[in-house]
Amino acid sequence: MRKIRVVIAKPGLDGHDRGAKVIARSLRDAGMEVVYTGLRQSPEQIVGSALQEDADVIGISILSGAHNHICPRIMNLIAEKGLEDVLVVIGGIIPDADVPGLQKIGIEGIFQPGTTMQVIVDFITDNVRSERKTL
Amino acid sequence: MAFTQKKTAATTGISESASGHPVKPLYVAEDIEGLDYSEHLGDPGEFPFTRGIHETGYLGKLWTMRQFSGFGTPEETNRRYRELLSAGGTGLSVAFDLPTLMGRDPDDEMSAGEVGKCGASVACLDDMRSLFVGIPLGEVTTSMTINSPAAVIFAMYLVVAEEHGVSWKDLSGTLQNDILKEYIAQKEYIYPPEPSMRMVTDVFSFCSDHVPRWNTISVSGYHIREAGATALQELAFTLRNGIEYVEFGMRSGLSADQFVPRMSFFFNAHNNFFEEIAKYRAARKLWATVMRDRFGATDPRSLKLRFHAQTAGVSLTAQQPYNNVVRTALQALAAVLGGANSLHTNGLDEALSLPTKEAALIALRTQQIIAHESEAVKVTDPLGGSYYLESLTRDLEAGAVEYFNQIDGMGGMIPAIEQGYPQREIAQSAYGSQQAIEAGVCPVIGVNRYVDESKQTVPTLYIDEDIADQQRERIRRLKSTRDSSQVVRSLDELRRAAKGRDNLMPLLLEAVRANATLGEICDAMRDVWGEYEETPFV
Repeated sequence: MRKIRVVIAKPGLDGHDRGAKVIARSLRDAGMEVVYTGLRQSPEQIVGSALQEDADVIGISILSGAHNHICPRIMNLIAEKGLEDVLVVIGGIIPDADVPGLQKIGIEGIFQPGTTMQVIVDFITDNVRSERKTL
Repeated sequence: MAFTQKKTAATTGISESASGHPVKPLYVAEDIEGLDYSEHLGDPGEFPFTRGIHETGYLGKLWTMRQFSGFGTPEETNRRYRELLSAGGTGLSVAFDLPTLMGRDPDDEMSAGEVGKCGASVACLDDMRSLFVGIPLGEVTTSMTINSPAAVIFAMYLVVAEEHGVSWKDLSGTLQNDILKEYIAQKEYIYPPEPSMRMVTDVFSFCSDHVPRWNTISVSGYHIREAGATALQELAFTLRNGIEYVEFGMRSGLSADQFVPRMSFFFNAHNNFFEEIAKYRAARKLWATVMRDRFGATDPRSLKLRFHAQTAGVSLTAQQPYNNVVRTALQALAAVLGGANSLHTNGLDEALSLPTKEAALIALRTQQIIAHESEAVKVTDPLGGSYYLESLTRDLEAGAVEYFNQIDGMGGMIPAIEQGYPQREIAQSAYGSQQAIEAGVCPVIGVNRYVDESKQTVPTLYIDEDIADQQRERIRRLKSTRDSSQVVRSLDELRRAAKGRDNLMPLLLEAVRANATLGEICDAMRDVWGEYEETPFV
């Protein structure tokens, strides 16, 4: 069984990368293969990285409140490139009011402030597409 | 050094602080052996200022209650400022949104979704006017949290002050203007280090001639700590950044005493109560010593480290958010006992959003309760002489000096940043502290102790999306009504000057007066200097 491959992405203008880096290391320690894109990546760059890395998971970190603008663009590109079997999760300061909207466009894991690393590791392990687990 | 990551045996009774500092169950006289009162402490107001920079502590003047605030349009933020001032706040502190921090206009493609979200949107002179309508700029001091485009925003503020009829000579306040901690921690940088440092020293030099009461920089450990640093790393990297600025200022032709008196600092106020107090005391002592011995500063004002403190945003929990009021109060008390000159207290809801009006008011009241009810302000440096505190202060100082030597050995802070050294140190500490919380080694009430499964909710502030439309419309209107030939001319002159060595402030003032926007001005300098990009690592 190959390792789960994750792209951790930080879109938008924000530079607060503590969360993205801590989660990247936690996923790596949990046995996943992790690529961190660095700061200020456009939706095109993020989906491009996922394609190039043959990622099973895209993890988006947004703390600035720009998620309602950025996430739909990422999800459209994912559909365009035929990457629907990639699990998309987001972590950051996501108000309760915005959760249903993000779920509706296909973001499965939404991790609000206070989520532990273990919850995120378990969610990814349980929800990554099974056909990908056995690739 | 006394601060190490090494584990100590549980049987010795020695535990370890979150910074990796061994903590004994009891401190006695021999723990401060060799500590000489006049050499290491001094009375308050006397070298090396360990016990404070004012002879009379808070009896002469309380700290400034300066609540960092900004969201949405300049008009909305202006309303919050008036509320804070009428509630007894004694200074202002502007939070700008991310497009402003990154030198981009609201209509820039990269600004989509970010306008007005994390702070006020200020992209042109007219925005700056709206931000300060009805606020007496000659009486209230304003702090502006802006770094890469600091000189541009400062130019806007100077023009607005002039319009209020306030002479630059009487204007007082603070520009954060600390680009080094952006490369290290917060990552809101635009240009490469060399031209960025030139803008910083241009502000030093311009203010020493024209705005003598202005704090030209706020060398910030706050963001370094929030990014994950320990108290020691915060102390060491911040003061080493301060040293780097002094070196660059002197290299630009200024003498230390010409600009160091207007340098100020900004520290975090975190959970470990005594360690935080010791950190502020060590910072004052280190700065005084370094300014005297390394740079030959003689003006007493060059030796006195003045600092703002803010309670630790990262310590706030989304779980059981009302507990955050208590955390913030303890952190604020540590800042006060450490002699903070200015203080911001966080809102209880800030793990979830910018603070509501009610949360911001409780935060301010917290400071007022400390100031007026606790009687903690009646004695200067009341913990001075404590075996534990003095021993901690000495250990922190020694640990910081080791970091200074290491960074000096790399050729200074900029080479160290380019090698990713402070960034890696901080990321390592951040990961360690997350692991300690998840393993339950570091107790956090409501998170890994006394967990309550029922979700305690608090009202939060929601920023409307139509703010972006309003701000875009404002820029569009401005661009269609201003004299564009004047804009083009001022930006051309700015580009030309950016290639040379002349002080940029007069040209920035000219561009601002011509109604060039923040984005246009920053783009002109991008044309010449390019942008900085860091190599990502995990």
